[in-house]
Amino acid sequence: MKKQFRLGLFIFLTPVLLWLILLIVIPHIELLLMSLHGKDDMGNTVWTFANYRHFFTEEIYWYTFVRTAFYAITVTILTFLVTFPVAFYITKVVSPRFTGFLTILLLMPFWVSELVRVYGWMILLRESGVINHLLTSSGLLAAPVEMLYNDASMLMGLVYTSMLFMVVPLISSLEGLDDSLIEAAHDLGASPFTIFFRIIIPYAAPGITSGSIVVFMLALGNYLTPTLMGGKNSLWFTEQIYNEFIASFNWNQGAAFGFLLLLLSSLIIWGALKLSRQELGRALS
Amino acid sequence: MIRTLPQQRSYTTAFRIYILLFYIFLFAPLVITCILAFNDSNFPALPWKGFSLDWFLGEGPERIGLLHDRSNLRSIVVSAQTAFWVSILSVVVGTMGAFLFEQEKFPGKQGLYFLALTPLVIPGVILGISLLLTANSLGIFFEDTFGVDIPILRPSFWLVVLGQFSFIATFVLLVVSARLKKFDHSLEEAALNLGATRFDVIRYITLPFLRPALFGSGAVAFLMSFENFNTTLFLVGSETTLPINLYLQVRDGSTPIINAVSFLLIVSTSLLAVINLLVSKREVKA
Amino acid sequence: MAPVLDIQNLRKQFADFIAVNTLNFQVEDGSFFSILGPSGCGKTTLLRMIAGFLEPSEGKLLIRGEDMTRVPPNRRPVNLVFQNLALFPMMNVHENIAFGLKRQGVAAGEITRRVGALLERVHLSGYDKKDISQLSGGQKQRVAIARSLVLEPSLLLLDEPLGALDLKLREQMKIELKKLQADVGTTFMYITHDQSEALVMSDRVAVMNRGQFEQIDTPRNLYSNPATRFVAGFVGETNILPVKVISKAPLKVQTAFGLELSGTHVGNFQGDLLDLFIRPESIILDPADTMEDINRFSLTVRNILFDGSNTKLLATVGTSDYELTVALPQNQQFAHIDKGDTVQAGVHVDSCRCYAGGER
Repeated sequence: MKKQFRLGLFIFLTPVLLWLILLIVIPHIELLLMSLHGKDDMGNTVWTFANYRHFFTEEIYWYTFVRTAFYAITVTILTFLVTFPVAFYITKVVSPRFTGFLTILLLMPFWVSELVRVYGWMILLRESGVINHLLTSSGLLAAPVEMLYNDASMLMGLVYTSMLFMVVPLISSLEGLDDSLIEAAHDLGASPFTIFFRIIIPYAAPGITSGSIVVFMLALGNYLTPTLMGGKNSLWFTEQIYNEFIASFNWNQGAAFGFLLLLLSSLIIWGALKLSRQELGRALS
Repeated sequence: MIRTLPQQRSYTTAFRIYILLFYIFLFAPLVITCILAFNDSNFPALPWKGFSLDWFLGEGPERIGLLHDRSNLRSIVVSAQTAFWVSILSVVVGTMGAFLFEQEKFPGKQGLYFLALTPLVIPGVILGISLLLTANSLGIFFEDTFGVDIPILRPSFWLVVLGQFSFIATFVLLVVSARLKKFDHSLEEAALNLGATRFDVIRYITLPFLRPALFGSGAVAFLMSFENFNTTLFLVGSETTLPINLYLQVRDGSTPIINAVSFLLIVSTSLLAVINLLVSKREVKA
Repeated sequence: MAPVLDIQNLRKQFADFIAVNTLNFQVEDGSFFSILGPSGCGKTTLLRMIAGFLEPSEGKLLIRGEDMTRVPPNRRPVNLVFQNLALFPMMNVHENIAFGLKRQGVAAGEITRRVGALLERVHLSGYDKKDISQLSGGQKQRVAIARSLVLEPSLLLLDEPLGALDLKLREQMKIELKKLQADVGTTFMYITHDQSEALVMSDRVAVMNRGQFEQIDTPRNLYSNPATRFVAGFVGETNILPVKVISKAPLKVQTAFGLELSGTHVGNFQGDLLDLFIRPESIILDPADTMEDINRFSLTVRNILFDGSNTKLLATVGTSDYELTVALPQNQQFAHIDKGDTVQAGVHVDSCRCYAGGER
């Protein structure tokens, strides 16, 4: 029996190790190594910090970096604010008969490709778009306005595409909250305000953390929404990476940017986990 | 506050209006996209010029419908093939990972588990570029040392499959682990006690128990792969997947054929979603 | 003929405690054998060693004379009915019962016949196609037993299978199990912490405590002649009074509140502190003056615990505060007794059993 047990371990361990080492560990080491390489004046490959130095000396790079981080956090907070009432309504307020239906309805759009959803917003918002058409033809607006290609539309697009990853953990943690806890607090004379901050939020904290981590990560690494909805000056950091790789073909510089992005996202996720005293495994599942 | 407590009328009304607005916000882009797929116009925009199936069936030369659009049809096939392989690979490896972390004991397990979770929190762009770099370096290495050219190591179909698999496997691992955690080990012992071999136990007891999780996570893995953009962007070769192909079209100006593709995607994914939901509901009841 | 099960010097030690401490016993073919003990006494460990899920630290385990100590669980002629039943939820009733036969490669027709026959035996004919989730608690129980019995094991192990049932159903299943065992003739080895289950069903009961058997005996003997202090306290209801020895032969003892009683002692004792055990039903109310070898005292009724046929009195002895539980006889003779009444009572000397003092 003992031998079979070890054989099982071997069978399960091998593919997992292959996957993690070949596709995760080695590529990220390679990413780091590439970011520390560059060409000298003779065109030879050498070890250098130039790629990182470049990042700090060129204002546009670190400005984009900070801007991306700041907006990703903003998106996370906005997503929470928009979806929390919905999660609360579905789990606690609406009659249980509609809970299932509303949940399904809520999840449906997110099965559809992000690209399709962003495209939908584009044909709604742009100058020749549906909203402008409705507003001008009803006389509310004299001439069409460009509503797309600005920071606001970009933020809205990011919130829209990441809502699912906030609302699902919120719903599942609120579902676990026993109604009688709220009733008891109410019975003991607590105001809705107190109930909200002392009972509901602490209870939903694990859901909030895991939702926030995923939303933040997705916003930070998003490429589609900023490029398509943010227009020419959207300045999203992933665009910089893309440009270095595809347009400038400067892979070393791109690798440095990639590594910085990885560092940033890891740091913020780590910080969020520490602050909320959670583990990665629990936050993801 | 909640349904069992007395509520103020204004509170309920305000809440309802908010929820209504939210759902409009949620569905507006999809509904508009679908409607405009049938507009008899050369632009995906209002005004409504009448119902038309041109963007599905048109044979050109003015309007080429989806059915006659080689590039879009081709990319749908590529995406489906990619998604097929990615979901197979992910379900197999993810399930093995679930067994590994739920049932086996070995030194360094915690660390490896942490490593297995990280792909979900690494931005997809990074996964894409790091794999691209590695494949490229490997390719150069093989070419320089052995003088062989390995096409897989250049942006290509299989590189996309590997790139998507690298993080979708984690998703499957989490879903299957969650199911495996609920597994009652006395069932295994009961089967052994009734004369089953260890192989029998996995074949007749454990896998049937995991079946809903395997199919469910497989379906979601398929969709995740079918729709993946970020990782694919850097790894894609000459065979473009649907999201990449659509992106290029949207970026370079849009025609209602994008609406037509979107319409098909929305309908088919919604169907898949509903089927998946019904199946999982039935499994829960059983 | 060799006994079905022969346990020789069996011992199981975990890191820092001994779960099963050097056991020796045999189980006779066709008998209903129970192991009765409090939770944590090692009975489940013993069972899992017999089933093959645990390897013993020392000792031997023979089934029908064959050494099974190192045989894996799937090759032992022993089947187990699990505490939680462990019915396979992904299979229907028929598939559950047929599972073991299929593993043995029995022909399909034969499987159908044997499963059908067994379903009939456990009164579940026609339930073949039902899902496990559609069955009631009692029906699940029977399917679990049928699933094991169909393999015609040398020994059927049952690990507290009635624990999850409600009281009424449990009473019913006790009788059904006993009948079933008599019917099929398979040796049953039943593990429980519920003395009533063990006493009602078994031919022989082993009382287990701290990894060892305190007594192996028929239910009747176990109840009327408990060999150790533990058995006397664990099996059946009893009054326990700490006493001091006044004279050794014949044994006379004195309670803390001054009552002197004659008694019999079980086992050896040192020192002069003993525990006196008196069963509630051995206290006779209004004993006739002609009765001999009897300890007499007066009782003041403090409370009546009415429970139909199981009605009891709580009464203090003489002027003391010590409360005795007294069973009220079934006839209506004592129906008039009320709170505060004083009655004469007596206990036969043989029913005053003294054991060396336990830990206090």
